[in-house]
Amino acid sequence: MITIALSKGRIFKETLPLLKAADIVPVDDPETSRKLILDTNHDDIKLLIIRATDVPTYVQFGAADIGVAGKDVLLEHGGEGLYEPVDLKIARCKLMTAGLVDARPVNGRLRVATKFTNVAKHYFESRGEQVEVIKLYGSMELGPIVGLADLIVDVVDTGNTLKANGLKPVDHIADISSRLVVNKAAMKMKHAQISRIIQQIEEAV
Amino acid sequence: MTANKHWVLPQGIEEALPDQAARLESLRRELLDMYFCWGYELVIPPFIDHIESLLTGTGHELDLQTFKIVDQLSGRTLGIRADMTPQVARIDAHQLARDVPTRLCYIGTVLHTRSDCFGSSRSPLQVGAELYGHAGVESDVEILALMLNSFVIAGVQGVYLDLGNVDVFRALARQAKLEPEIESRLFEMLQRKAVTEIGELLDSLKLKKSLRDMLASLASLNGGVEVLDEARTVLNSADAGVHAAIDYLQRTVSAIAQQFPDVPLNIDLAELDGYHYQTGVVFAAFVPALGQALARGGRYDNIGKLFGRERAATGFSTDLKLLMSLSARTASATDRVYAPAGDDISLLKSIAELRAKGTCVVRQLDGQNDDAKAMACNKLLQNADGKWVIKDVN
Repeated sequence: MITIALSKGRIFKETLPLLKAADIVPVDDPETSRKLILDTNHDDIKLLIIRATDVPTYVQFGAADIGVAGKDVLLEHGGEGLYEPVDLKIARCKLMTAGLVDARPVNGRLRVATKFTNVAKHYFESRGEQVEVIKLYGSMELGPIVGLADLIVDVVDTGNTLKANGLKPVDHIADISSRLVVNKAAMKMKHAQISRIIQQIEEAV
Repeated sequence: MTANKHWVLPQGIEEALPDQAARLESLRRELLDMYFCWGYELVIPPFIDHIESLLTGTGHELDLQTFKIVDQLSGRTLGIRADMTPQVARIDAHQLARDVPTRLCYIGTVLHTRSDCFGSSRSPLQVGAELYGHAGVESDVEILALMLNSFVIAGVQGVYLDLGNVDVFRALARQAKLEPEIESRLFEMLQRKAVTEIGELLDSLKLKKSLRDMLASLASLNGGVEVLDEARTVLNSADAGVHAAIDYLQRTVSAIAQQFPDVPLNIDLAELDGYHYQTGVVFAAFVPALGQALARGGRYDNIGKLFGRERAATGFSTDLKLLMSLSARTASATDRVYAPAGDDISLLKSIAELRAKGTCVVRQLDGQNDDAKAMACNKLLQNADGKWVIKDVN
């Protein structure tokens, strides 16, 4: 039995063709089905539909053998206990800092609002800056507008959300794309099956 | 009104209730008995120790894992051991200071600041064995055999063995003259088999193509025993050190395959867990029920030197609680005899005789009305014609 953890939405849609290349086709559509475990055309392969940020955790602890997770999520998680053998080159975006277009200079410590608190801490540490990190779960763009924070750290795709809220991208932290992640123990114990899936997906990328 | 929450245990800290404690204890005795039969002497390192002793020769990871306090007598920092291996290495290198090969085993609770090591516990009951003073395949194989036999005794089934040799990467890195900073970045990427990033990093180094390709190939040199042959081909133009490391691993693998033909073997040349202190063969055991390694070990020839005496070393350790949770063993039912209250001399004598034979005798207390069943006893001590005899509880 092989379980593959995926999140709904963009990652699921863009992963489907890659899974198909490995001859894995889901029987149900997660957008219409309420099932959290989807059957596939193989009796011994199931798809788990979970939140994107939970994918590394499921795979790290072996609750799923394989997963598809954004590099942003992996950077925040730390990637411990995981292999990331394939860059799927899908769901591409950038991890950036952003601030108000007409930001005023900050006196004292910079306040940074983000859901990527670990990434933000490491990034500003590497630049030699001491910042206050504020954990938010969404709508980061509001932070600078209402005076909660001076900067945000978030993934930026087209930049339209930033623009619509009077923000501009400031610094580029990392290029993001989705990665195939594999549980370390599964890689060793189900080596033949998993390495075949990895290889077929790799060829399709 | 506030509810009393004093019963709540800290996260990742567990207590063993009678059934679990009985199983843990019987497993502990059987394992230590086996280690004794293999010539491994038991040592009991202290629960708390100077931080330098606990962290000597180990990596940053163990530092983070160790709880620290200040000793009010000396002002020095003490740590609560998160891993007993360095302490046992010190015992061998400094306290025993023998010149002959020395076999030591140990068991004890260790404490972790974070529960990311073995499953979810922050207080594993670490049990392990170490062999000092012999640098060769035989001692690695003996340690591996001891570990696999420990699983047999614990009733842990379906074990997979993963083997690697950190010297392959080390020798290649030396051949490529990698800066320490680059080597540690590459090491970190290899741990994740992050093929894309490895490629990008290697491309930025302007290495000779053959060297670049050999370093890049490590991430995919994993699978069955045939990987060793593949490695010889792919790493053909590598230094003698790389070939020696592959040969060493090959001999270890062959010996284990011969002694344990039923244990599936997996080879992974990028498996570098404990790279900072391991110096040769490294291994880990996995079972399908667990997403992480169940036991780990390998060779670490440098730690003894840091304690004042160079000693070859190899060993393994695991968590007794984890072994028990994966065990297919069931607790063997033992008789419990319920004896009546009273100070009749013949009764006391009879109870003493039973206990001397190892039988569990539970005494009714004065004024107690509970019957044998309520006291979880399956036998009764009864007086029949002036003699004390054991009867079954019906």
